[in-house]
Amino acid sequence: MHIDLNQWHPIASSSDLPKRHIFHGQLWGRELAVWRADDGHVNVWENRCLHRGVRLSIGLNEGRELRCLYHGWRYANRTAGCTYIPAHPADAPARTISNNTYPGIEAHGLIWSAADPVGEFNTPEALQGSDVFALRAIPVNAALELVLSHARGYQFSPSGEGEASVSVQNETAGFITLHAKSANAEATLLLFFQPVDAGRTVLRGVLTAKPDTPVALLRHHNQAMSAMRDQIEAKAAAMDRPEPINVTFQRVDAELAQMPARAKSGPKAELRVSVTHKWQVATGIAGFRLEALSGQLPTFQPGAHIDVRLPNGLQRQYSLTNGPGETDHYAIGVKRDPASRGGSECLHDVVQQGDVLAISAPRSNFPLRRDALKTILIAGGIGITPMLAMAQTLKVQHLPFEMHCFAQSAAHLGFDDILNTLGTSTTRHLGLDPDATGAVLRDILTGYGEAHHVYICGPGPMLEAARTIAGNCGWPEDAIHFEYFKNTNEIDDSSTFEVALARSALTLQVPAGKSILEVLRENGIDAPSSCEQGACGTCLATVIEGEPEHQDVYLSPRERASNKSIITCVSRAKSKRLVLDI
Amino acid sequence: MTQSCTELACADPVILNQWHPLTSIDEITRGLVHHTVLLEQPVSYAQDDADNLYVWHRCETLPAHARFDVTKKQKPLPVLQQHGYLWTCIGTPPATLFSVAEMEEPDRQNVPTGVFGVNVSAGRAIENFLDMGHFPFVHTGILGEEPHTEVKEYDVELSETRDEILATRCRFYQPKAALASDGGADVDYVFRVPHINCALLFKSSPGFEAEGRMDVIYMFLQPMGREWTRAHTGMCVIDLENSYSGIRYFQQTIFGQDKPILENQFPKQLPLDTRAETPIRADKSAIAYRRWLTKKGLTYGVIPAAG
Repeated sequence: MHIDLNQWHPIASSSDLPKRHIFHGQLWGRELAVWRADDGHVNVWENRCLHRGVRLSIGLNEGRELRCLYHGWRYANRTAGCTYIPAHPADAPARTISNNTYPGIEAHGLIWSAADPVGEFNTPEALQGSDVFALRAIPVNAALELVLSHARGYQFSPSGEGEASVSVQNETAGFITLHAKSANAEATLLLFFQPVDAGRTVLRGVLTAKPDTPVALLRHHNQAMSAMRDQIEAKAAAMDRPEPINVTFQRVDAELAQMPARAKSGPKAELRVSVTHKWQVATGIAGFRLEALSGQLPTFQPGAHIDVRLPNGLQRQYSLTNGPGETDHYAIGVKRDPASRGGSECLHDVVQQGDVLAISAPRSNFPLRRDALKTILIAGGIGITPMLAMAQTLKVQHLPFEMHCFAQSAAHLGFDDILNTLGTSTTRHLGLDPDATGAVLRDILTGYGEAHHVYICGPGPMLEAARTIAGNCGWPEDAIHFEYFKNTNEIDDSSTFEVALARSALTLQVPAGKSILEVLRENGIDAPSSCEQGACGTCLATVIEGEPEHQDVYLSPRERASNKSIITCVSRAKSKRLVLDI
Repeated sequence: MTQSCTELACADPVILNQWHPLTSIDEITRGLVHHTVLLEQPVSYAQDDADNLYVWHRCETLPAHARFDVTKKQKPLPVLQQHGYLWTCIGTPPATLFSVAEMEEPDRQNVPTGVFGVNVSAGRAIENFLDMGHFPFVHTGILGEEPHTEVKEYDVELSETRDEILATRCRFYQPKAALASDGGADVDYVFRVPHINCALLFKSSPGFEAEGRMDVIYMFLQPMGREWTRAHTGMCVIDLENSYSGIRYFQQTIFGQDKPILENQFPKQLPLDTRAETPIRADKSAIAYRRWLTKKGLTYGVIPAAG
C-alpha cells in the first residue's frame, strides 16, 4: 500500500462538527480529535492527551478550550497548549506542554487535513468558485486501491433518477472526477478518498453544483454508494485483511519528561507581531491588538504578561487581557504614565496600527488557582488588565468570584466591553480617596473562609493597603496573591559577595554596581528575566545556602523569611556567599 | 521452569515467573471445571469436594462446567491459596507471594467486590489505581469533587528490602468524607505495589481513625493478554457496617467509571520510555512504578524504553 502522508484529504463533513462536539476522525491510521471552537476555528489534533494518552475525543469541548476527561487538563483553541493542570492549581503549566496538532481547513462543506502536509491546501480546480454540495460520507471496510478501482465505475444519475452515461473525467491523487450526462441533465461529481487505515476508506462525494432537489439527490447517492460499498466489501472479505498501519507516537520534549520546569530563556523578544488595532480604552489608556505575522502565537494563562520591545529600544511588560481560548491575538492595555521614561509614551504616541513589534512569549508569574471556593479580584487603575483575563477565565468555568475595580472615574476605568460580559460579579468603585478606598477594602476582605483567595494588582500604595487589610482580616499569606507594576524600592547595589552555582559548578564574584543577573549573563549563563527591576519574578532562583538581601516586590514576606528564593535582578547577599541552584 | 515454555504465547520470564490470581475462592463452584486465560494461555481450575484446589493447562478431556474428575487432569500447574484467592504460575513460581499484615487480623473481613474485564494492559490499570488526580473528574462526588483538585506533595519510595513501591503521606479531598457529616475533608491514603500487577490502598476507616487503623482496598490483576486484563477487586474492612451488596455496588460504580477511561488510553500497553508521556509531580508514584518495571526488565504488556 502506498502511503502518501503529504496529501490533503477530507476527514470530516462540516456537519460533523455541531456546537461543542468533538468528532473522532482518522487518517492513515492516525486518530484525530476534530472540534470547532465557539469562534468558528476548526481544530484537528492528535487524539491523545499528552499527559496519560487518553483519547481527547471523549473529552469536553468547552467552546474555548478542550478539557481532557481523565484529569481535567485544559488545552487552548488553536495552540493546543495546556492552560491549566488542576492537580497543581498554584502552578502555571510549562509553556511547552502542548498536544500534537495537524492542519485543519474548512472548505466546501468538508474539513481537510494531512498527516504531514507539504505546502498549503489548494482547493481542487473543479470546486473553485462554485456552490458545491457535499454528499453523505460512506465508510468502506476495504483498502484504498480496491475502493478506487470500483469507484471509477460508479454509476449515478444527474437528476437522481433515470439512465445516464457516466465517464471518468479526471483522476488525480486523492480523488476522481466523474461526469454524468442524461437526456436532459448533467452533473459533475468529485469523489474523494479518505484513507482511514490500511483496510478502511471513507468515500466523500462533492457535487460541483447545488441540486434543485437536494434530498432526492442525497438519497440517490446514498443508495448507489451503499450498493457499491456492499460489492467492494464482499471482495475485500475474500482477500487477506491488511495489517493496520503502525503509528508511532512522537516523543515529548526531553524537558517535559522531567517535572515541568520554568521556561529557560532570557528577556528575548522572539516573536514578531503586528498591531492590527489600536484604540482608546479609557482616558489615558490605549488598547493594542497584536497578531502574529506568521504561525501561531504561544499559549497563555490568565495573569500572564509579555515583554514588548519598543521602537525606541526600551522594553516593557504588559499583562494580557485575553479571555480563555482567544488565541488568535494578544490584547494589552497601556496607561500613559506622566512620569514615563519613554515606554508608555512611545506606545501612545509612536506605535500605530500596522506597525510591527517584537514581543516575548507570555510568562505566567501571577498564576490563577482554580480550586478556590471563592476568588476575590481587586484591581486599582490599570491593574485591571491581568484581572480581566482572570475574571473571564473564572466566569467561563462557572467558578465563584467577585471583581472589584477601583478607578478615578468610569471614563478612567474603561474596558466596558469585557466588564459588561462579567455581569453582577463585578463592582466598580469610582472616585474614592485613600481613606474611602481603605473602608471599601475592609468591607470586601472581611469574612475570610477556608480556600478563599484574593488577587491584587494596582498602584503601590493601594496594593500595600490591600495586603495589610487582608492580613488584618485574617487572610493567610498563602491566600494573598499580588503583582506590582514596578519596584519603587531604592536598590542598594553597593555590596560585594560571591555566588556559587551548584549545578553549573561555577563560582562568580558580584561586584558593587552589578546585579547577580548581570554577572550570570557575563559568564554565559542563560538566565531568564523580564522586568529586571524586581517586580515580575521571572529571574527567581532557588537559594541552597546563604542569606539573601531581598530588594524585590515579588516575594511574599514568608517567602522572603524562608530565604529559599532570590530575585536575581535586584536582590543581593547579606552573607559573604550565596549558593544558588543554577 | 516446571513447564516447557515452547508453546507459550508469552516469552517474558519476568511475568511468567510470578504468581497470578485466577479467582477468589468464594466464587468457585465446587466440583465443576472452570476455564480462564492467563498470559494468552488457556488454563482450567477446580476445587474438589474436599476443598483441594487444582489448576492445569486446559485440555479437551475436561470441558468447562463438566464435573471435575481428577484422573482426567493433565499438565498440572502450581497452586497457591492466599488472600482469599487462587493463584497459579505458568513459569517458575517464586517461593512466596507478598504478604498483607491486615489480611491476617482476626477482626477483619475480606470481601471480594467483583471481577472486571478491561481491555487495557495491567500496567495502565495499576497506574489508574495509584492516581489521585482523577478523583474529582472521574469519580465526581464520590472520591473527589471540583474545585478541590490539588494533589498535595506525598512521598514515594522503592523499598529495596521488600522490592515494592510505597506511596505515603497521600491526602486527597473527599466529599462526604465521614458518614456522619455532610462536609468534605482530606482523607489519608497509603498505596502499596508489592507485585507488578497487584496494588493495595489503605484509607482511614470511619470510626477507627483514632486507632490509626485503615481499610484496605486491593486490586489483583490477572493479565489475560498484553492488552486484556481481569481486575479482581476487594476490600478488607474492620467493621462491615455496610452490607456486602452495598460494598460491591460501590466498587462496581468506581470501576465502572474508570473502565471507559482505561479503554480509551493509547497506546494500550504501558509506555516505559520516560519521554512517551508528560508526567507531573502528582504522578510521582506512576513514575516510580514505570522505573521499577524498567529495572525488572518487564517486556510483556509494556512498551519498553528504547536502549
